[in-house]
Amino acid sequence: MRTAPVVRTIGFYTGLAVLCLFAIFPALWMVITAFKRNGDLYDPNNNPFLFNLPPRLSHISFLFRQTNYPIFLWNSFFIGIIVVAITLALAVPAAYSLARLMGHSGERSSIAIFLVYLIPPTLLFIPLYEIVTMIGAANTVWSLILVYPTITVPFCTWLLLSFFRSIPREVEEAALTDGWSRVGVFFRVALPLAVPGITTCVVFAFALSLSDYIYAAVFVSTTASRTVSAGVPTELIRGDIYYWQALMAATAIVGIPLAIVYGLLFDWLVKGFQVELPRSART
Amino acid sequence: MAVLEVRGLAKHFGDFKALQGIDLATRDGEFVTIVGPSGCGKTTLMRVIAGLEKPTAGDVMLNGKVITPLPPRARHIAMVFQSYALYPHMSVADNIAFPLKARGVAKGEREALIRWAAKVLGIEALLHRRPARLSGGEKQKVALARAMVRKPALFIFDEPLSSLDAQVRAAARAELRQLHDRTGVTTIYVTHDQIEAVGLGDRVAVMQAGALRQIGSPQELYYEPANTFVASFIGTPPMNLLPRDGVIVGFRPEHALPRAAAPDLADVATFAIRVTRTEFLGSEWLAYGSIDGAFDNAKVLCKLQQDVIGKVKLGEIQDFVVSRALVRFFDKDTGLRTAPVTV
Repeated sequence: MRTAPVVRTIGFYTGLAVLCLFAIFPALWMVITAFKRNGDLYDPNNNPFLFNLPPRLSHISFLFRQTNYPIFLWNSFFIGIIVVAITLALAVPAAYSLARLMGHSGERSSIAIFLVYLIPPTLLFIPLYEIVTMIGAANTVWSLILVYPTITVPFCTWLLLSFFRSIPREVEEAALTDGWSRVGVFFRVALPLAVPGITTCVVFAFALSLSDYIYAAVFVSTTASRTVSAGVPTELIRGDIYYWQALMAATAIVGIPLAIVYGLLFDWLVKGFQVELPRSART
Repeated sequence: MAVLEVRGLAKHFGDFKALQGIDLATRDGEFVTIVGPSGCGKTTLMRVIAGLEKPTAGDVMLNGKVITPLPPRARHIAMVFQSYALYPHMSVADNIAFPLKARGVAKGEREALIRWAAKVLGIEALLHRRPARLSGGEKQKVALARAMVRKPALFIFDEPLSSLDAQVRAAARAELRQLHDRTGVTTIYVTHDQIEAVGLGDRVAVMQAGALRQIGSPQELYYEPANTFVASFIGTPPMNLLPRDGVIVGFRPEHALPRAAAPDLADVATFAIRVTRTEFLGSEWLAYGSIDGAFDNAKVLCKLQQDVIGKVKLGEIQDFVVSRALVRFFDKDTGLRTAPVTV
């Protein structure tokens, strides 16, 4: 009888380990490949998941010294941060106004806003390219800074709208009778309670501007203005030569730290959701 | 200390008339309860007084000054909501401090006021907790403390006890009344529970369908209801209302006695009642029955004391008497109180 819980524990952790390995496998293979010598990687008799020859850093130093990767990195983060700032500056007030100040029509507009997000970027990049060239932003990072919010603002407005709507009106009304103006209520009550939603928007907007390929490849052709997602493939795939180790290193350097940051953020996010909102008596 | 007055207050939501011409004035330091069934407009009335809704017509006045156009923050009115509406992201102390911060009260004074309110309500031990970790009764006390610290001219309570357990509720009710007597702040208290309204209020205002049906002391409402709605809303069980020849005859269940139990009682109205069922309530009995003849089999309820229940014979038509001074008459069409007729 006593062995049953032990067996169950072992089974549980074995299952967990297998799933973890499955999830982490692409990243692991990526990291291993980044450190491989050419002789190791290109020998079909070698096990691709092990170091058959000692690892070396030469491909990573190639990536940073002889390619434009550092510029791509900088561009990506610069664009990401500005897009996040623009998104929050527009979506947070928009969502709050729709949720609280516009009556029922505002609340119902959320679906219409969400529909904008469903238009595929492949349909939009040609007309948007016209606009971007017209205002002279083509081939600069500003073209992307201008275009990404057209995707992130509607989506984040829709997302935040439901967050603001979940805050009981009575809590805000209590703050109004407690002596605060509508603006004071927004900053001191609504905004702190919508932090989980705002964090989700930050992650979404940053991830989108980092991972977008179509706009980044079409709007920007000068190397100095390219982002990681569009720059790395053009820089490290030359004709039919693939710089595999450098490609893997370039993606792992962006991907792995971000995965860790997102993971920590979501932990904190879940805690944020646990702030128990009082139930409104009238809804 | 303040006097609240509303004049001709109306609020329409589209076609729905939530309030239709409410006139109401409190006295200084008075505890007024507003009672009515769900959807009668009492919460809307509170929200208009607090400034959370703009009235369609009419005015709200505090100490003779019209405050209708003022935003809620400029009104010196503290409101305690049904859900308590505590700020979930702040500690109890910060919740209580929030209205003081809005007024720019200095930190030292703020802390002294928090300590004072926490002591009055006995919640000193909770000051560092978050609202999510409080019981219903504790939340209610925090909401009260938050309303108290700013020393408002007027308190508004919107069903503050309705989400408490029955046992906690009785204690909280007594505490609320004590708090009022100690602070002397004019208080408007909304409830759908007539027992609470009658038990707490100096005066009780009865609302129905967006209109004020009667306002008066609990005794006035009980003995002299102005219409059939008040008669049937105040008192448990409600007044018997028996239609006959264009009038409605009303008497309270507790005022009826079997003739056999009170043979000498003079100046009484007599009703021939067939009691079909009795119910034991502990201190008294309820007798369910009907009145035949002129009253057309109307249902009647009598509340009888232990010592007279033996005189009641189930299934037989029996004379019950009610002192004429306690029989009330209402117009059959308007439901309003009319002059006595003979029964």
